[in-house]
Amino acid sequence: MTGDTYVEASLGDPSRLNPLLASDSASGVVNGFLFNGLVKYDGNLLLVGDLAKSWEVRNKGLEILFHLRPDVRWHDGVPFTAEDVVFTYERLRDPRVLTPYGSDFALVQSVETLGPHEVRVRYKEPFAPALESWGMGMIPRHIFQGADFNTHPANRAPIGTGPYKLVQFKTDEKVVLVANPDYFEGRPKIDRVVIRVIPDSSVQFLELRNQSIDFMGLDPDQYKAYDSFFEHHNKFRYPSFSYTFLGFNLKRALFQDVRVRRALAMALDKREIIDGVLLGMGRSATGPFPPSSWAFDPSVPEVPFDPERSKALLAEAGWRDTDGDGVLDKKGQPFSFTVITNQGNKLREQTAVILQAHLARIGVRVEVRVLEWSSFIHDFVDKSAFDAIILGWNLGRDPDQYLIWHSSQQGEGRYNFVGYQRAQADALWEQGRRTFDLSQRQAIYRRLHRLLADDLPYVFLYYPESLPTVHKRFQNVKVGPAGLGWNFREWFVPKKYQRYRLAA
Amino acid sequence: MARYLLHRLGLAWVVWVGITWVTFFVMRLAPGGLTAGATELSARVSAHEQRKKFMALYDLDKPWYVQYGRWLKRFSRLDFGRSFKDDRPVLEKIAERLPNTLLLNVLSLGLVLGLGVPLGVWAAVQKDSFLDRAVSIFVFVGFSTPSFWLALLGMTLFGVRWGWLPLSGLHALNAEELSFWGARLDTARHLVLPVFISAFTGLAGLSRFVRNGLLEVIRQDYIRTARAKGLSEFSVIGRHALRNTLIPVVTILGLSLPELIGGGFIFETLFAFPGMGRLGFEAIMARDFPVVMGVGTLAALLTLAGNFLADLAYALVDPRIRLAGKP
Repeated sequence: MTGDTYVEASLGDPSRLNPLLASDSASGVVNGFLFNGLVKYDGNLLLVGDLAKSWEVRNKGLEILFHLRPDVRWHDGVPFTAEDVVFTYERLRDPRVLTPYGSDFALVQSVETLGPHEVRVRYKEPFAPALESWGMGMIPRHIFQGADFNTHPANRAPIGTGPYKLVQFKTDEKVVLVANPDYFEGRPKIDRVVIRVIPDSSVQFLELRNQSIDFMGLDPDQYKAYDSFFEHHNKFRYPSFSYTFLGFNLKRALFQDVRVRRALAMALDKREIIDGVLLGMGRSATGPFPPSSWAFDPSVPEVPFDPERSKALLAEAGWRDTDGDGVLDKKGQPFSFTVITNQGNKLREQTAVILQAHLARIGVRVEVRVLEWSSFIHDFVDKSAFDAIILGWNLGRDPDQYLIWHSSQQGEGRYNFVGYQRAQADALWEQGRRTFDLSQRQAIYRRLHRLLADDLPYVFLYYPESLPTVHKRFQNVKVGPAGLGWNFREWFVPKKYQRYRLAA
Repeated sequence: MARYLLHRLGLAWVVWVGITWVTFFVMRLAPGGLTAGATELSARVSAHEQRKKFMALYDLDKPWYVQYGRWLKRFSRLDFGRSFKDDRPVLEKIAERLPNTLLLNVLSLGLVLGLGVPLGVWAAVQKDSFLDRAVSIFVFVGFSTPSFWLALLGMTLFGVRWGWLPLSGLHALNAEELSFWGARLDTARHLVLPVFISAFTGLAGLSRFVRNGLLEVIRQDYIRTARAKGLSEFSVIGRHALRNTLIPVVTILGLSLPELIGGGFIFETLFAFPGMGRLGFEAIMARDFPVVMGVGTLAALLTLAGNFLADLAYALVDPRIRLAGKP
């Protein structure tokens, strides 16, 4: 059963249709339809072959041998070979190429072809997330070779291996894709995919009600809107691979005492934050791994909400309200600090305001500063120029967060911007990325989970949920641990419900 | 007359170079820096590395005078550079949007003029009548209603409740498959809401302006003379009074030229309208310098051209300016 068009709304306009160059989510969505990696995650979050039909991890993880599918062709008909894999890798490491994805390949020693469909990757040291990193979209050598990579016209007229081909890219209006009849896993059943750029979320929502779009990601307000909005759409909710946190700048004297951090965490009524901000559609966080990850340790306890113990802990650390002005002080200094967060994320702004009220109750004065994204990242996050910060992390499926927590990852533009430094944690992160055995790795990350929950460099606030909605005419829409869309190729619309016809 | 114009032209040129210079500096002084479009942090993506490469590749790590010098040099060859976001030539990006924004704003301005002038005249002629009061109320409501709210209301009513008009965008999804006239009709349907809503606030201002101007003119001696000659009321208002009332309207028109190409960011965002306002605003947020400079330069040029045209038209319609300095 083929036919019909699937229309997805996007807030932004894709920048570059090249998986190596794009880091905006709009490009990510489109590139997902056009390109394939060597491996991918299936619906149950297990790594399976994509362009590679199988692989062997050898020599204690220092070597991966990929056996590529021999039957794959690029959209222009040229066969996909091992040379393309080598070329993609070389571009990822090329200092002139504007890619943000180089760090995953920093430990690679060499990538060689052993035949037209055989690639051997050697690592300088064992790197457990290595396999996942080869999910990176492969790009065609015959198109890019010998031309400037960053400015190549193919970045707007991409040639991939994916289930869909690009037909039209109208800046700030839409991207139109059509099913690839020669796709190696079989032609997808939906004829055409349109990504429409609608930059305002409330207008997207009206378009949804008018059935002009088939898919959008909802925010909690919209999810709880009147039923009449969802006459033609099914709503879904599942935990997303991300968390929101309150991070402390550990270089500031104020936050160096773990009792103080624990006291601040205890003063926060997370239930109220989750009910007020997420309208209940989220889960209280205990650590840096989402509950759907195998690294998550369900036995790590929540920090209890207990303002009385919080005050006692602060008193123990020397913070008392000696002058009776309602604000704690120590050696004449009031306990006050500024929390920054980024503009444009309503949920974080609301979290900041609720948190401010909670901390005021224990005598801690908090100022909230909301900053425009570009200046927020450049002038505050990259330079660690803040007291405390509310932000979120989008996580990969692999639990390795070396770049966020290892003490070597401090300094301008690096991700350990809170300045967390603990030898025990460093050793575990290092060990975690060297260990291939899943149960051993799991044990390592569960120890890290507990360690971070005790140390509290962040107050882990909540795991938000993804709230997508899909038009009811689509059949075979399956939600798994991987979320929605992983089996998009098998979605279909029965003939009598089809809304769009492709002109011949 | 010619000297007057030459003088104006010379001045405009200096002002224009000054504006490009100020635009350049304001952008450099603004906090923050390039963003590659990402608005979230991902644990596996090192945006900072990418940014550093970017800065080096596009000379952004050089001192300001080098950067401004290079920009001027390229600009003197009419090369506006390429957008950081998608590497497309800035001129191409502007050329793609400008017709859309012009179409919307010319239609809306036409509507404002076509309705605003008669409405103003009507209110002035019937001063203090029920009709005048009604127009006044309409004007104040129109002037103080935020257009984004009106837009959402219009969408809900005409798009969702009654389903008469499309909500957003400029073309239907199947626009390419429509016949020539079908495509025109489709675009027209998409334009109805944005044109009427953007005209609404302008209409309020202009009709008020015309009303007050006309009331002023009606008190002049030459109007009394015209009446004394026994001319019909229609002729007095239409030929003698209105022409003089419209002189200041010319100025308003000249000044609205940059608005014609500027486009409104909020408005265009709501209607998912691919216009200049969104281009400029999004470029500023992403610190996409070449696009900001391109849009800024063009807007400055058109503002100055608008002023110049207004001066010219002024001189043409008002003999007091045209003949100034002559004995």
